[in-house]
Amino acid sequence: MYDWNFPYLWQYRHLFANGLMVTVGYSLLCIVLGLAVGLVAGIGGLAKTRLIHLPLKWYVELFRATPVLVLIIWFYYALPVLIGVAMTAAVAAVLALSLYGGAFYAEIIRGGIVSIDPGQTDAARALGMTRFQVMRRVVLPQALRRMTPPLMNQSIMQLKNTSLLSVLALPDLVYQGQAVAHETYRPLEAYTLVAVMYIAILLPASKLVRRLESQRAD
Amino acid sequence: MIDIHGLQKKFGEHVVLKDIRMHVAKGAVVTLLGPSGSGKSTLLRCVNLLTIPDRGRIRVGAHEMTYSGDATRLPGDRALARFRANTGMVFQHFNLFPHMTVLQNVMEGPVTVLRTSKRVAQEQALELLDKVGLSDKAQQYPAQLSGGQKQRVAIARALAMKPQVMLFDEVTSALDPELVGEVLGVIRNLAAEGMTMILVTHEMSFAREVADEVIFMRDGIVVESGSPDEVIGHPQQALTQQFFARYHAGQNAT
Repeated sequence: MYDWNFPYLWQYRHLFANGLMVTVGYSLLCIVLGLAVGLVAGIGGLAKTRLIHLPLKWYVELFRATPVLVLIIWFYYALPVLIGVAMTAAVAAVLALSLYGGAFYAEIIRGGIVSIDPGQTDAARALGMTRFQVMRRVVLPQALRRMTPPLMNQSIMQLKNTSLLSVLALPDLVYQGQAVAHETYRPLEAYTLVAVMYIAILLPASKLVRRLESQRAD
Repeated sequence: MIDIHGLQKKFGEHVVLKDIRMHVAKGAVVTLLGPSGSGKSTLLRCVNLLTIPDRGRIRVGAHEMTYSGDATRLPGDRALARFRANTGMVFQHFNLFPHMTVLQNVMEGPVTVLRTSKRVAQEQALELLDKVGLSDKAQQYPAQLSGGQKQRVAIARALAMKPQVMLFDEVTSALDPELVGEVLGVIRNLAAEGMTMILVTHEMSFAREVADEVIFMRDGIVVESGSPDEVIGHPQQALTQQFFARYHAGQNAT
């Protein structure tokens, strides 16, 4: 039987704390940037002009069909060679994760908007609203309510995906856990603690999503 | 008040409106009858440009729009919006805004489109709700209302824009039979006040009672028009006679 020794990790608490901060920081950055990309791609995907919606559709399809680990590695190693611009690991990682998340956000946002009954748009236009007013006053307020749970779900995925940043040697929670594991020869404790720390953040978050979803069902 | 000339509309290869000509005098009530798929609703939607016609000329009050196929230069979004603000429309499925209270629904047009102050808009909205007999529901949400109540709110919402013309698109078709009367009552009062109206309806007896003119459509053309007595009472064409015969038979059966 393995002799678990968690107190041993206490001396590395600063590393773990640091890793957690980095993970949360990258997550927030990638969520915000991803949402911005998703909003543009999602609404743009509804444009009637093919010149606008076709490239956006291809962007969404392409990024959704590529494993995120492959994307991160490709953005770091291949893209700089392709465009001739050197990128730090941080920039490449944030770019890859934001665009990856953005593709999913875009689908959620587009789906939320088209799910609103066309009769709502008819009624708003019949009152004399401009297209922009119809969006702002009638469609988006209703769509947002529907989109919130799936958007939060996707954001949870986004946080989990930051664990892949360690492959580019970015000092996130997983990276620090690896470092501790190598140094102490106690990988079981180190990785268990890493897992518990992720769960500690994500469990309350998914609880909140669940609550929002059930509220929506009412 | 309304003039329509040479109106045509195709959806793909399917011709919905062939060559519609129509005149509605100020204060007149016109009802559109006809089998489903005859183009009544499309015609109504063309009057306030929710559906953009392919060809023809439409005048509502002082606003006029001309369409000439592919050569048409569509007016901008704002011009279309201004044109639509001129006509009130009520839909079969109410289409109330579910995220707003009844009062907010009725205030929405004036506040957002006409930039009326909230205080004034609220006063007017409460008056209108009183007029349709729903002032006690002002703070409720549409989901809490019956179909008949929803439709009366929808009428109040359209009236809040002080339109020159009201368009009713089968507004009682989605209602339980016992709720139809309250909605027709509101429309009857509007007619008595001299509101110019076009109604698409299947309520034949109501059409007879309230209409100044009845237009019977089939396959995208006007086949008969005239007083209710002429069109409903003594239709000239065989197909129209059949339609009303079937309708009366259905009435007797129920």
